[in-house]
Amino acid sequence: MTLFGDVARWFADPAHYQGSDAVQTRIFEHVAVSGLAVLVGVLVALPIGLYLGHTGRFGLVAVNVANIGRAIPSLAAVALAIPIAGTLLGVENGLGFWPTFFALIPLALPPILTNAYVAVRDVDRDVIEAARGMGVSESGILGRIELPLAMPLVLAGMRTAAVNVIATATLGALVAFGGLGRYIVDGLALREYDRLFAGALLVALLAIAAELAFSAFERAAISPGIRPRSERSEDVARSGG
Amino acid sequence: MTPGEPLIRWDWIASHLDEFAFRLGEHFELTVIAVGVGLVIAFALSLLILRAPRTEGPITWVSGTLYTIPSLALFALLVPYTGFTVLTAEIGLVSYTLLILIRNIVRGIRGIPADVREAAVGMGYAPREILWRIELPLALAVIFAGIRVATISTIGLVTVTALIGQGGFGFLILTGMQRSFFTTEMIAGAVLSVALAGAADALLVLLQRRLTPWTRAA
Repeated sequence: MTLFGDVARWFADPAHYQGSDAVQTRIFEHVAVSGLAVLVGVLVALPIGLYLGHTGRFGLVAVNVANIGRAIPSLAAVALAIPIAGTLLGVENGLGFWPTFFALIPLALPPILTNAYVAVRDVDRDVIEAARGMGVSESGILGRIELPLAMPLVLAGMRTAAVNVIATATLGALVAFGGLGRYIVDGLALREYDRLFAGALLVALLAIAAELAFSAFERAAISPGIRPRSERSEDVARSGG
Repeated sequence: MTPGEPLIRWDWIASHLDEFAFRLGEHFELTVIAVGVGLVIAFALSLLILRAPRTEGPITWVSGTLYTIPSLALFALLVPYTGFTVLTAEIGLVSYTLLILIRNIVRGIRGIPADVREAAVGMGYAPREILWRIELPLALAVIFAGIRVATISTIGLVTVTALIGQGGFGFLILTGMQRSFFTTEMIAGAVLSVALAGAADALLVLLQRRLTPWTRAA
């Protein structure tokens, strides 16, 4: 297969590690925009999800947010982020980082919010009653009982969000963002299959690496008391590229 | 966005209804083939898992890894081999349905109480009859939940296939972007895609109610 030879040569070519189109630069751009989007997603969606789960209010909304998120075509999110970013930042045709970042937020929020809500709701009511009977405050119940018990699902939501976001960040290349999608979009446009294949390989590996990193983190962060529930926590939602 | 251009130009919408109908057909076809083929493959692999539980780990690992690979990357990996074709799109789209469908089929059948199976054996049902007449109907609710998720996800992912020359409503989104971010066309593509997902989901709910009338009484 000559393609593999071409791809190997592409990776071996020192020219692909220099300048603004260098592999390490593209990886950094991709990780940076994805990381920031997931961080914002966690900061916004996690408190809301935990609070709604604790109070049990707006349950239908919290659960359906994930379904709505799944139905958003990632291509549309990226495309429409251009006029939205332009309006918000007051720039005409703002291209690059900001529209990509804005497009990723609606994909990061739903799985985190829905998983946090479902996770807290699923905590055994008897445990909470017992805690309340022992005089634990409401914030103590949320922080010391519900959150640790909900942790596996909460982290699974973040993992789903991260994988979605990394996938969709690839499409950022369509709105003049860098990232690894650059190689794919340019490779498709120029029919340069070595570049295309190399870019696709890098994106795939990055997504798998993120998945594995989150899985390892989940194992480390889960309270020993609930380890026996070893079945991989459910992805409630996945959408996006 | 061209300055002074309204967000949505209704006259453009009105003059492109034929195009919308064509893209609807394309989007629908790509989705139905993907979910249909995905269901057949997932069903076969699920039966394998149920017969030989040792295969569950590897099958879940492979379908989970496929699911993790970003769609554009998966399409891009296939393009050198299968080109800018429907086949490339479908291989990718089918791959994404497998994890959800297999998980729900296996879980649905495993969730059936052992008493039910024993009763069927006691009544003289052959293993094949147990599968088709007892297990599958009882697992249908869980399987349908999987089909709904797979269908909605597929409808969203079809838009990405615009980049490899397919796309359904995604074609509108992409050409809108290429026409210096013509919002009317992009919004039309996005709204129609979301509407199709909603309609498909509603249709599947109705179909499930028809196929499993006993769940309604509960």
